Amino acid sequence: MVDIKNLHKAFGKNHVLTGIDLSIKQGGIFAVLGPNGSGKTTLIKCILGMVIPNKGSIYINNENITKNSKYRHHIDYLPQIANFPNNLKVKELIKMIKDLRGNTTIDQDLINLFKLEPFLDKKLSNLSGGTKQKVNLVLTFMFDSPLVILDEPTSGLDPISLIRLKKLIQTEKAKGKTILITSHIMSFVEEVSDEIVFLLEGKIYFKGSISELKTKTDQPDFEHAIASILTENHA
Amino acid sequence: MLKILKYSFYDLMRSRWSYVYFAFYLSLGVVLLFLNNDLSKAVITLMNIIIVLVPLIGTIFGVMYYYNSREFTELLLAQPLKRSSIFLGQYLGVALSLSMSLILGLGLPFVFYGLFKSAAIWDFSLLLIVGVFLTLIFTALAFNIAISNENKIKGFGYAILMWLFLGIIYDGVFLMSLILFEDYPLDKLSLIGTMFNPIDLSRTLILLKLDISALLGYTGAVFKQFFGTGFGLIVSLVALSLWVILPVLRIIYKSKRKDF
Repeated sequence: MVDIKNLHKAFGKNHVLTGIDLSIKQGGIFAVLGPNGSGKTTLIKCILGMVIPNKGSIYINNENITKNSKYRHHIDYLPQIANFPNNLKVKELIKMIKDLRGNTTIDQDLINLFKLEPFLDKKLSNLSGGTKQKVNLVLTFMFDSPLVILDEPTSGLDPISLIRLKKLIQTEKAKGKTILITSHIMSFVEEVSDEIVFLLEGKIYFKGSISELKTKTDQPDFEHAIASILTENHA
Repeated sequence: MLKILKYSFYDLMRSRWSYVYFAFYLSLGVVLLFLNNDLSKAVITLMNIIIVLVPLIGTIFGVMYYYNSREFTELLLAQPLKRSSIFLGQYLGVALSLSMSLILGLGLPFVFYGLFKSAAIWDFSLLLIVGVFLTLIFTALAFNIAISNENKIKGFGYAILMWLFLGIIYDGVFLMSLILFEDYPLDKLSLIGTMFNPIDLSRTLILLKLDISALLGYTGAVFKQFFGTGFGLIVSLVALSLWVILPVLRIIYKSKRKDF
């Protein structure tokens, strides 16, 4: 599904990614974890072609993504900060993205799922952070692509929407999709993910299941396992 | 690209500033016509205004739109769209909506005044063509500056400096160099110097067409002497087109290498 080979990226003198090799197979939920500034978002943006790597190559479905934009038809992306053109209404935004990307019918189901009906005629600038995030989720999931990338999907969501989101992620997984998630909420990660990828200082420190991580760090629970990696490497 | 162009264009058409710009040209056209009562004089006065104002508005709108639509751009970048079509679409959206305000704002009063029956129609069309060229050129230059500068304040500063340089300082330096080296043959130098500034080039172009010796500066005289009106017109139009094409190519080049 996704194959990353020897990926390097520096912003000026700041070397964010220093040789990432990662291969993600089809199907399942993968969590990309790491401390602040470890390059999670940069890695995701490289996969999306928004950040251009200095070195290395990325293959999606065995297709090199450099100088290619068509492959993004197979990716749904939820950006970390929900920034939308402010003078558009929610309805218009959804219509515009459909126009740009092709038609779909599941947007109505998603709108119902997140109870967005009353907000459709409001301007995006007047929405609260959580509602914006729900709009963001609708835009992400409405195309039913095989690869879904979620950058901090839980931010700003109330508990009930969070439960709906978890359910949604599980149904998407059941369809055989590959889902890539970054999050700082460890309980969320533990609950949904099948495998984790831990980034540290621009390299992959650990890749495997949560139970493997627990045995490796010799810690009883996930949160402490992550914390122990961080203290060991920064002490 | 056409879809992006459409959305950028609609976005701008909804904004108040397009109407302000349109209303400004409309009132300018009306005032000039009814105070002057002479079509060709009105065209000359308009030229003097257009040549300074159009680049300024193009520059400011270009920079402002680029920085303001950052969110929109990021949303588009995650979609299966080519980068070149995203940025070209936005650029053309800005440039075309500005051109439309210009053409409609100036055109309407002139049409009502009876432009089609007048001999000044060619001078007037040339004025509009030059106005559109200047919009295309300066919006493209502004996009270039904005794309290369993440910092808004810096971007704005550079853009205004560019306008100031091409609109005012360049002429001053040009004139000084002509005075300084007056003992040498300067024809070719001044000719080349004119080509390197789209504002000077537009001015020369209109003056050549209007054939008014009183307004014909040194550069115009050289142009006339060397090319004669027909050839000069073509050369200037080619040079203006280059002024559009080169910055647009740089927008494409830069946008392909930028991180978001």
